[in-house]
Amino acid sequence: MLGRVANGIFWMYRYLERAENTARLLEAGHRMTLTRRSDTAVQEWRSVLTTLGLRRAYEATYDDYAGAHVCDFVLRSKNNPESVLSMVERARINARACRSAITLEVWEAINEGWMTLRDLLARPVRESNLNLALGAIRRESTLARGATHGSMLRNETYCFARLGTFLERADNTSRILDVKYYLLLPSLSYVGTPLDTGQWDNVLRSLSAERAYRWLNAGRMDARSIADFLILDKRFPRSLVFCYAAARENLTELARLHGAEGQAHECMRAADLRLNDKTVEDVFEQGLHEFLIQFIAGNQELAGAIATDYRFVS
Amino acid sequence: MAAPEEPKFDEMHAPDGSVRPAYRGYVQWLSEQDDGAMRRKNFEAESFFRKTGITFNVYGEDDAEERLIPFDMVPRIITAAEWRRLSRGIEQRVRALNAFMHDLYHRQEIIRSGRLPERLFRNNAAWLPQMVGFTPPGGVYTHITGIDLVRTGPDDFLVLEDNARTPSGVSYMLENRETMMAMFPELFSTVNVRPVSDYPRRLAKSLAACAPEGAPDKPNIAVLTPGIYNSAYYEHAFLADQMGAELVEGSDLRVVDGQVQMRTTVGFRPVHVLYRRVDDDFLDPLTFNPASVLGIPGIMDVYRAGRITIANAPGTGVADDKAIYSFMPDIVEFYTGERALLPNVDTWRCADPDSLKYVLANLEQLVVKEVHGSGGYGMLIGPTSSKKEIAAFRAKLEANPDNYIAQPTLALSTCPIFTKSGLSPRHVDLRPYVLCSPDGVDITPGGLTRVALKKGSLVVNSSQGGGTKDSWVLDD
Repeated sequence: MLGRVANGIFWMYRYLERAENTARLLEAGHRMTLTRRSDTAVQEWRSVLTTLGLRRAYEATYDDYAGAHVCDFVLRSKNNPESVLSMVERARINARACRSAITLEVWEAINEGWMTLRDLLARPVRESNLNLALGAIRRESTLARGATHGSMLRNETYCFARLGTFLERADNTSRILDVKYYLLLPSLSYVGTPLDTGQWDNVLRSLSAERAYRWLNAGRMDARSIADFLILDKRFPRSLVFCYAAARENLTELARLHGAEGQAHECMRAADLRLNDKTVEDVFEQGLHEFLIQFIAGNQELAGAIATDYRFVS
Repeated sequence: MAAPEEPKFDEMHAPDGSVRPAYRGYVQWLSEQDDGAMRRKNFEAESFFRKTGITFNVYGEDDAEERLIPFDMVPRIITAAEWRRLSRGIEQRVRALNAFMHDLYHRQEIIRSGRLPERLFRNNAAWLPQMVGFTPPGGVYTHITGIDLVRTGPDDFLVLEDNARTPSGVSYMLENRETMMAMFPELFSTVNVRPVSDYPRRLAKSLAACAPEGAPDKPNIAVLTPGIYNSAYYEHAFLADQMGAELVEGSDLRVVDGQVQMRTTVGFRPVHVLYRRVDDDFLDPLTFNPASVLGIPGIMDVYRAGRITIANAPGTGVADDKAIYSFMPDIVEFYTGERALLPNVDTWRCADPDSLKYVLANLEQLVVKEVHGSGGYGMLIGPTSSKKEIAAFRAKLEANPDNYIAQPTLALSTCPIFTKSGLSPRHVDLRPYVLCSPDGVDITPGGLTRVALKKGSLVVNSSQGGGTKDSWVLDD
């Protein structure tokens, strides 16, 4: 396949995944503000923007943290190139540019999803409609993923699609975890307070993990067991270990199809050393923040190596 | 453009109200359909097109990056006998076009014989000196030709235009049929329609047969597109997809080791046949427009070394010029030794002083076209233009008569479209698609029917609000 097309597919699935994760995060943020007094709601909204890396851009546009403003900015603002709408549009542009590499089913899922969300986000979303809109974003992303599963050949196109999805997802999970642990809590003395556990609950919700986590860890809500779950649990589809197992599988398949390994496979092995056979104690010994920073950097390096190895650009 | 006074040919009904043979099966089926259900189908068609993203891009309009070409669900139907006659005429014309191109770029017998004035190609921007003395692989210039036909009577099909560069619209021919088959499956089991769906396979086969010497048995074919913002991008992607070919942009290609190669995930791989959908001017910045970023630097050298096939061959535009068009009957006779089976529309060449005099005196009745214009732009439609518009055009015409031809406003045939108040006749034309390779000329049965959507209008161009119809050729 063409390097340009491999690049287009990889990023198309990254944008789809990011749009979905953004919606999850917003959903969690909204839920938290409903159970808080209005002054702490400001903190929750601010934390959503921080996690998305949008705080500076937001503050250049607004001087308050009203929920309606935050939601509008994150979902559809023209001042936000990382808005959900913009990512869905970019995913569709990539799908058009790679039209002959994807199936009709995938194309239709993405094209129809774009049409639905474009109409839904044509005007500011009222709070009463927020859950509906966020649900629609998740649903459209799920449909595209389902069409991918159900209709695409398991060839190199599929490998690049999956790599895009899992690298993006791993990036999201690690950022959410890092922001919570490193940035949000005012000081260590707050550990174990309702503010702390509330924030952890928020983290789990934004990864759609709260039920799975509770089911596995009845009654516990602390940094250690949550980090264990989000980093090391092989069963949870958004954990770092899970994402990297999937990434490894697709990289191995690419090496088999191409008859050669590249720099990306080196990066993968290095990541495996950092991740596999680790216990949560090892992670905290290194320092959770240090571990996550290193992971995010490694993830970026892996994406870069894939782009180089498979000639994404000339 | 208003319809002229004389009676026009109705494709569906004879003057006595009876149904013409081509439409008997369809009209019978239609009479058994429920009106309400048909109206719902009309909506269904639009959402089908929107969903599959069958759109074209409109330049110069802010809000409309992508638009649908309106689709009408009443088919345009041609009998097997009519089609046989048309096919013979089309094949003759395409063979003549290729012989003509070869001659123009080699010995120029037609000029020496005095049948064609030399200035016609000397002044033609599409003439490429780089092609002189060079024969494309297989000797084929126009791998894909679109011949625009109009009908004025039961036996009167006329050629309105030859599209020898990169004729577009074939994806609509295919998707219109898909849509009709999806909406009215039972119709196709009662009426015997010849299929068009194997066009992409035939195109791939025809292109492969034109591969350069030394290419493998299964040559690598790629479709070159200017990118997703081009008006026909959907078609480029569609054809590549259906042929199983790569869809490439200029930036994907590079000349490596004297070959045009595409950048793949495993490195550069040769392209043997390039179905390009960019104009000559943008093909090679080293040879043509140096500012172009759409093309491939050095591809013309590879081409001239016989190591890639470019379809259609660069320089074919010289043959689909409207000034050349007026000579086509002579050109056909010159190269085939037979009279042209398909006549031209009467054409006055304004370069000729007597013709110019006639045209200037009759502007109100004529259609005047720019020789190099396309898509219905830069033309005067006398009968529907204001005095002011005619005066302005007269000035342009007097200043540069060589640049114009004129034709009578034709009584184009009509075919009904589906409207809120039932069937209503509208003017149509037809563009069949013709493939040419050393193995022969291959014409897909049917083509793209374009239809004027406004009552009485003769303007069928999609860029100017025309629509399309499924086009049927019946089997015996």
